[in-house]
Order: sequence, then structure tokens, then C-alpha cells
Amino acid sequence: MAKQRVDVAGNAASFIDQDDIHEPVHDKNLWAARMKRDAAARAVPEWEDLRTIASLIKEHTLTHLDHYLEMFEANAIKRGAKVYWARDAAEHNQHVWEILSARNIDAIIKSKSMLQEECGMTAFLENRGISVTESDLGERIQQLDNQPPSHIVMPAIHKTPADIAGIFAKAIGTDPNNTDPHYLNEAMRADARKRFLKAGAGMTGANFAIAETGTFVVCTNEGNADIGASVPPVHIASIGIEKLLPKVSDLGVFIRLLSRSALGTLATQYTSHFSGPRKGGELHIIITDNGRSKRLGLDDFWHSLKCIRCGACMNTCPVYRRSGGLAYGATYSGPIGIILDPTFDESKYSELPYHSTLCGSCSEVCPVKIDISDQILKWRKVMAAKKYLPISRRLAFGAAGKVFEHPTLFHGAETAASAAMKVTPHFLLYNRGLNPWGRHRELPHFAKQTFREWYLQYKQTDKDQEPQQ
Amino acid sequence: MKVALFIPCYIDAIYPEAGIATYELLERFGLEVAYPLNQTCCGQPMANEGDQENSAAAERLFVENFSGYEYIIGPAGSCVKHVRHHLDAIPQTAAVTEVRTRTYELVEFLHDILQVEAFPWAYFRYKASLHNSCSAIRGLHIAQPSEHMAPYYNKSESLLKMVEGLELVPLDRPDECCGFGGTFCVTDEAVSARMGLDKVHDYERQRAEYVISPDMSCLMHQQGIARKAGIDMKFIHIAQVLNGGPF
Repeated sequence: MAKQRVDVAGNAASFIDQDDIHEPVHDKNLWAARMKRDAAARAVPEWEDLRTIASLIKEHTLTHLDHYLEMFEANAIKRGAKVYWARDAAEHNQHVWEILSARNIDAIIKSKSMLQEECGMTAFLENRGISVTESDLGERIQQLDNQPPSHIVMPAIHKTPADIAGIFAKAIGTDPNNTDPHYLNEAMRADARKRFLKAGAGMTGANFAIAETGTFVVCTNEGNADIGASVPPVHIASIGIEKLLPKVSDLGVFIRLLSRSALGTLATQYTSHFSGPRKGGELHIIITDNGRSKRLGLDDFWHSLKCIRCGACMNTCPVYRRSGGLAYGATYSGPIGIILDPTFDESKYSELPYHSTLCGSCSEVCPVKIDISDQILKWRKVMAAKKYLPISRRLAFGAAGKVFEHPTLFHGAETAASAAMKVTPHFLLYNRGLNPWGRHRELPHFAKQTFREWYLQYKQTDKDQEPQQ
Repeated sequence: MKVALFIPCYIDAIYPEAGIATYELLERFGLEVAYPLNQTCCGQPMANEGDQENSAAAERLFVENFSGYEYIIGPAGSCVKHVRHHLDAIPQTAAVTEVRTRTYELVEFLHDILQVEAFPWAYFRYKASLHNSCSAIRGLHIAQPSEHMAPYYNKSESLLKMVEGLELVPLDRPDECCGFGGTFCVTDEAVSARMGLDKVHDYERQRAEYVISPDMSCLMHQQGIARKAGIDMKFIHIAQVLNGGPF
């Protein structure tokens, strides 16, 4: 089990150490997104109220989820959609496969869907001879490089234009030395056109599903979901059960928050509402659980289901910006990944909650007010209680706990320097060979006298100077 | 007013001058300052690891040492944040909750409780940057977090503005975490060091001679980074500036 555990700190170190370009540029680009988000949010006087309202709507919906799911299903069916239920990834993928194979479809075009990522759908379909093309530019880059997305909204943000030029040169024959984004974008656009026309089905996810109308809403900046849903005769949408909103009037709150939080833009370029199949076409909706009901039952963690996948927590996270999303070794990375991934596999993702300084910025930017930072600390408690902590860490803290428990042990030191040894990152004592403190840092200078020694001396002098009665 | 001084373990051993400055500063305001001699640690290092079992004893001792005082004052945001928000490895008796609500970080105590309006004895003729720790900002609301859309305030800055001679220079990323994060600084060494270096470079760009903070633990990390990188910069606790020493 331990072998399988994702070494997120080690992966992040590799991201930093690879060269002098990737990490600094990644940090700079995402910080710029955070700054744009701040400016966009500041321009909305009621921003903090919107966050509160969005959080309340989500809490309400999640609390009555069964009711709204059935309402959505009934209304979607009324509008002519076919609705399927999937308990887990296997059922979800099976539904997709059955829809495609019944129609002899061997090529699909898809837009971004974190749920389909979660389900490992692309690999599943490719194993069955279906050609799958990602149509979101970032996702397409990742697909061609055989990597999962590293960011919810900007899947290839960890790559430089030079990386992308190299990938496109191999895949579609562009000039490997031309790193001009417009040139690369245009070349991929031309390649994608052919694939849109050839696809037997278009697949999308959904950002929101409206119970009262049976409509779902897909937000993109490239319009790729719209072509995918409009050109091929069959549209299949994968929708997580947490995407529900009760009413159309709730939607405005979330549309105002989503793109401002994600990229600092007022809205995504395309906000498309799908209400039943278009004339002569088919619409299939797969409502998928895949661990969400289980999460809904976790007192400390169910609030993570409010997430609208904007990625603001990733952009603001100082640790994520230095790590790159692939370091997390999971579908979801960054702060939201830290609290979602362990619900899929506690052992595998047991190190993730420690990949945080608990600075708390994620909780403050979250447009639906998920207490992300607090949940990270709560996950640490789960990991510690279940003994997922590495042995060395457990030993260090057992020893520290003892020292702090007994004042005499703690103050037993004769000199300030030896007192300092007890509190200076004591893990050093357990890890002398590696000395993780000292690779990039000098040790603090030890004081000649502890505060305690000074205080006792000061009090003594005070007493000596008191007039004798 | 009788108050108790809570000196976190690393200040006791590595930065006693921050403790001395705090003690002297509180006495200057006419407070009777007690220093319970049996204090060790508030339990934060263990609790932050999620290790409730090993933090419980330290927490119990903390409450024992600090019961019965009107205020408990610690010159360390992250330790005070632990006491106020996360000291929950032991049963929450009346004594425990009493100690938790009476524990204050130094800046918020000076700003909110004493409502200090001047530090006539303080003089600091340097260009300096202020580092409020994340725990102090988002845990204790010592300043408005930059990502939260509400009117600006910054309690440490307000206090420092009363110090004659001091020129505060703003940062490109004012409240970006420096990467200390307690155990994070060694378990996640590469990311922690990179964050620290970015922070130190920000000070350098602003030509700060000093970095002043209510949290010496962040500064221990930043100072280590600056020294290793050969950057000449001094790091001191806000109490030393407000008290006019010891430096």
C-alpha cells in the first residue's frame, strides 16, 4: 500500500528542479490569474454577499438532493432527453459504450469534463476501439502528451509554448521551432475541424443542471462544446449529482461568480443551455454518483460538494503554483484536490493533506465558501488517526510530545543552545543525513540565554533591588 | 490588569530578545506581567500534523499554566491561532474554553484591548517590510486578507506607523505565504524553500533593510533562506521595534 502512495513533495521538488523556466513561469501565470480575479471581484460591490448566497443555494440543494435529482430527470425526459443513472465510473463508462456501440459510432469529440476524467473514460473507450478527441485546446495538448490535466480550468498551464510546439510538431506536423501561440492555435484548430466533422457523437460535461427545467449549462471559452454538441447527431452529457441547482434564477449567482473566480473575466465566452435534443438529434444524460453520495455522508467533508470547479483555489495556492498540478498524481490537484482525492483512496492520497502550509487563502477565494483549509487540517487528523503517517514523522512527534508534556524535560537543558536543539525542527535529529532544513537555509543562531533564564535573572535583580523592610 | 506572558518554545530558545521586548513593552503600559514557569508549548506542532494524541498533553499543560489570568498574551500569531481555534485535542471544559478565549496575540492585544495610540520611546530609522503571518491574517484577522473583498485594515501596520523614523515599504505580493508552514518547511523542503526565496526577493526588490513580523517562526525560515542566499537583510519581531529594543 505504501508503495502506491503519491509522493507529492518529491514530485513537486522535481517540478522545481527540472529547469529555471517551468516553475517560475507557472507561478507567474497563475498569480496573474489570481490578480485578475481580485480586480474582477473588487468591481462587484456585493461580491462577498454573492459568495454567501451561492454557498447557501448549494447547501440547500445538497441537503435535498434526491428531490432535485428526480425533478431534473423528469423535466429532462419531458424535453426529450434520455436519462441514465450511474453509481460509479464503471456504470458511467458502460452507458457511454452501449450508446456508442448500438449506433456503430467509432469516433467521438469531447469537451472538458472532470467527471469523465474521474471515470477514466477515454482509456476505457480507446481500449474498445473508439477514437476519442479532446476539443478543448489545453485538454488536447495534454491528451497528445499522454498526461492528465494539471489544472481544472487550464489543463496545460504547466507547459511552456516551446513544450507545446514540440508536441504539435510530432502530432500534427507543425514547425517545432515556431512557438507563436497564434500559429499553434490555428494549426490545432484546422486539425480539430476535421475531427468534429467525422465524429459520430459529441460528449460534454455540465457546469450546472437546473432541476425546474431539466436544462443543463456548459461554460467554455472556446465554443468547442457547442460545436461538439451541435455537429454530430448524438450528444452525450456526463453530469455529477452535485451539479444541480433548483431554479433558473439561481443560475445568475453562479455565472457571475464562476468566470470571475476562474480567470478574472466577466463571464465565459460561451454559456450554453441545453434543453432537450436538437431537431433530428439525440441527447443522452448520464447522471453520475461515483463516490459523491458517500462524500455527502461525511460530516466534516460534505461541503466539498459545493465546488463549481473554477480553479480559484489552485491559482491562489502558493504551494500549488510551485508544484504543478501533476505532482498531486490525481484527477484533482491543488487545494480542492487535497480534500477530494482522499475520498477516492485514503492510503494513496494520504500525503496530499500535508502538501499545504495551511495559509488559508483557498478558503477566502472560494466562490462557494468551502472551508478548504480547515478540511485539509481535518484530513490530517484522519490520516494521523489511521496511522497513514510515515513512520519517521510519527516517531518525531511522539518524542516532541513527550518533551512538551513535561516541563522538567523541556527545561532540563543547561544551556540555551541545547534548549534550542529541542525545538529547532527536531525532525533534523531523526534525519541527520538529509538535513532538509539546511539544503536551502542556514540554521538560526542560538541565543546565549533563553528567555526563561533572562526572566529568572531579571526577577532576581528586581528582588535584590527592593528596599529591605 | 494582571496578564500572563506566553512565550512559545522557539522564542524562548532562539529569539529570547523578542520575548524580552514583549515583556518590557507590556510593563511600559503598566501591566502586571506574570510568566508561568512551567510553560512549554501550546501543542501546535503536533496538532498541525493531525496528531491529536501527541498534542493532548501539551494542550492540557497549557491550560493548567494559564488558567486564572485576565489575558494571556503571546508574541506569536500561529501559536495563538492554535490556542484560539484548534486547541481541541482535550475535552472542552469551562477552564479550557476560558483560556482559549482569553489568549491574545500581541498586536491584537495592543491594538484592540489596550488601544495604544503612541510608542513615544520607539525610534527606528530604517526602511522595512512588514510580514504578517497567514495565521495572524486569516486566523486572527490582524489584517484584511488581499483576496477577501472588504475595506482595508492592517493592525500591525497601524502600530508600526506610530514609530518615529520607520519607513514601511509595500510588497509586490503583500500577503503571499512565505512557505514556513511548521513541519511543512522540512517535509516539503523544495517548495518551502522556493516560496521563501521568492518572498526574500520581494523584500530585496523593495530595498528593505529590515523585515518586521509578529511571527518569528516565519522569520526563522526567511532569515535562514536569506543567509544561505547571501542576502544582507535583518529580521526582527515587531515587539522589538515597538519597544525600542533589545535589538
